[in-house]
Amino acid sequence: MGNLTLTAVTKSFGATDVIKGVNLSVEDGEFCVFVGPSGCGKSTLLRIIAGLEDASGGEIKIDGVPVNNTPPSKREIAMVFQSYALYPHLTVRDNMGLGLKQAGSSAAQVAQSVARASGMLSLDALLDRRPAELSGGQRQRVAIGRAIVRTPKLFLFDEPLSNLDAALRVNTRIEIARLHRELKATMVYVTHDQVEAMTLADKIVVLNAGRVEQVGRPMALYNDPDNAFVAGFIGSPKMNFLKAAALGEAGETVGVRPEHLAISRDAGAIAGRISHVEKLGSETLIYVRAEPHGLLTVRQFGEQDFAVDEAVYLTTDAARAFRFDANGLRMR
Amino acid sequence: MSVSRHSPARSVAAHAVLLTYTLIALFPVFVIVINAFKSRKAIFAHPLALPNAETLDWVGFKTVLKQGDFFQYFLNSMTVTVGSLFFVLLFGAMAAFALSEYRFKGNTMVGLYLALGIMIPIRLGTVAILQLMVASGLVNTLTSLVLVYTAQGLPLAVFILSEFMRQVSDDLKNAGRIDGLSEYRIFFRLVLPLVRPAMATVAVFTMIPIWNDLWFPLILAPAESTKTITLGSQVFIGQFVTDWNAVLAALSLAILPVLVLYLIFSRQLIRGITAGAVK
Repeated sequence: MGNLTLTAVTKSFGATDVIKGVNLSVEDGEFCVFVGPSGCGKSTLLRIIAGLEDASGGEIKIDGVPVNNTPPSKREIAMVFQSYALYPHLTVRDNMGLGLKQAGSSAAQVAQSVARASGMLSLDALLDRRPAELSGGQRQRVAIGRAIVRTPKLFLFDEPLSNLDAALRVNTRIEIARLHRELKATMVYVTHDQVEAMTLADKIVVLNAGRVEQVGRPMALYNDPDNAFVAGFIGSPKMNFLKAAALGEAGETVGVRPEHLAISRDAGAIAGRISHVEKLGSETLIYVRAEPHGLLTVRQFGEQDFAVDEAVYLTTDAARAFRFDANGLRMR
Repeated sequence: MSVSRHSPARSVAAHAVLLTYTLIALFPVFVIVINAFKSRKAIFAHPLALPNAETLDWVGFKTVLKQGDFFQYFLNSMTVTVGSLFFVLLFGAMAAFALSEYRFKGNTMVGLYLALGIMIPIRLGTVAILQLMVASGLVNTLTSLVLVYTAQGLPLAVFILSEFMRQVSDDLKNAGRIDGLSEYRIFFRLVLPLVRPAMATVAVFTMIPIWNDLWFPLILAPAESTKTITLGSQVFIGQFVTDWNAVLAALSLAILPVLVLYLIFSRQLIRGITAGAVK
């Protein structure tokens, strides 16, 4: 299918550098997710790959061929947008077939490809409707179908689930994972939601302020983050950062995930007071104010009977704690 | 929504204001139309009275139609208005698309330059325009009027349309680019249908001054074969004698075509087809 290589890609808007030198390679058939806070440049990077923005510097190769000067339609890519971006005046069938028709495929070929894609996404009943007659979830399925019809080298997803409600988001996420398995296609997916990143990706690229912070498999990022930013961004609820000096440890901060903090009423390393409790049934999140560390999150499985304002003690799981220096870099 | 917004007193007051305004706006039209059907004596004796069996008189319309070339005047007005409208909408939309879609040096300056025409009346340049038309041999042609009105209508069209085009989803245009649509097809097939309500607004604002204009037809195209309806009606207004029946009848007739055009465009104003394009 296709692989993607970015070499020292930069992008500036006027004096503002949005992408500050990104090197990346995505293998054939890989599901690569760009994740990062808003404004980190992940969407811009996707647009550069798509050819909708020109890179200010560096090289983009698809299947080993430099495509810096290739228009989007000739890059053999397909893109799914957050806002669906369906053509309002065309039926679902024509929406899906337009790309192939423009590329000069015969009517029979177009019909066959549309039928295959609509079968995969169970869109058969909707083929003659217009986008206005579809629900949000259906529209996004059509948009994904439009991408499949083109049989591209590279699928690009720009926050495709952000406009869907929570339940639909989970379903569509599973659908996208299934499609990736069936099509064995290379996919690049942008999201700010680390849950989507963790569940879908073969490879996660964590971006921050136009730079790649770390690239790796989801579990590698979770278990072995390179720096405090990645450690804080991957995992939900967020990692706790404790002051190393107060714990008598080296470095600046010690990062401990909420699931690796033990809580006890009797004894422990850190004394604090509960400021809030969230009971979710399967788990309980306990927010403990412990000076000088600030508000710490503890995650316990099942229902736990802790009350607000109770005095408690926390103990870190030393084996699973990460130490970071003053620059936020991991001390191994 | 608060209860006070539904109170009958407020509703009555609002309707009273709107009705008063409607009456004031329609009154002159009403007076023109009723008097067009009355005899000259009745017009002067009771200008506000409705025509009755005694005062009903078709002489105005007869004079107008007997004048012969009136149909030609109508046709000229129609040609000039529709022609100018077409070019204003086409070029205005194209310029607006370029200004809103592409980043280039001097984008803002070009936008301001194009909008400048809203503030400077084109009539200030009448002498220069006349010289230009004489030099290019376009005096007494409808082309000269179409050219002038296109120039006159463009600034407002560019200004309004570029605002609306900025609101058209980037994703939609980008989807078109990835599917291999040319910039022209993106403009004509994706963007234009989505800004149709704005186009209709511009059309109405552009059309009415053109239809009503007396100045440029009088200066640039006063020949018999190129007279517009407003200019044609002037034959009945003399320095000493004015054929009021004919003037009023001509004006009544002149309302009709522009009314039809307005109805066509106002339907577009109401109809929104953007639903479903983007969330």
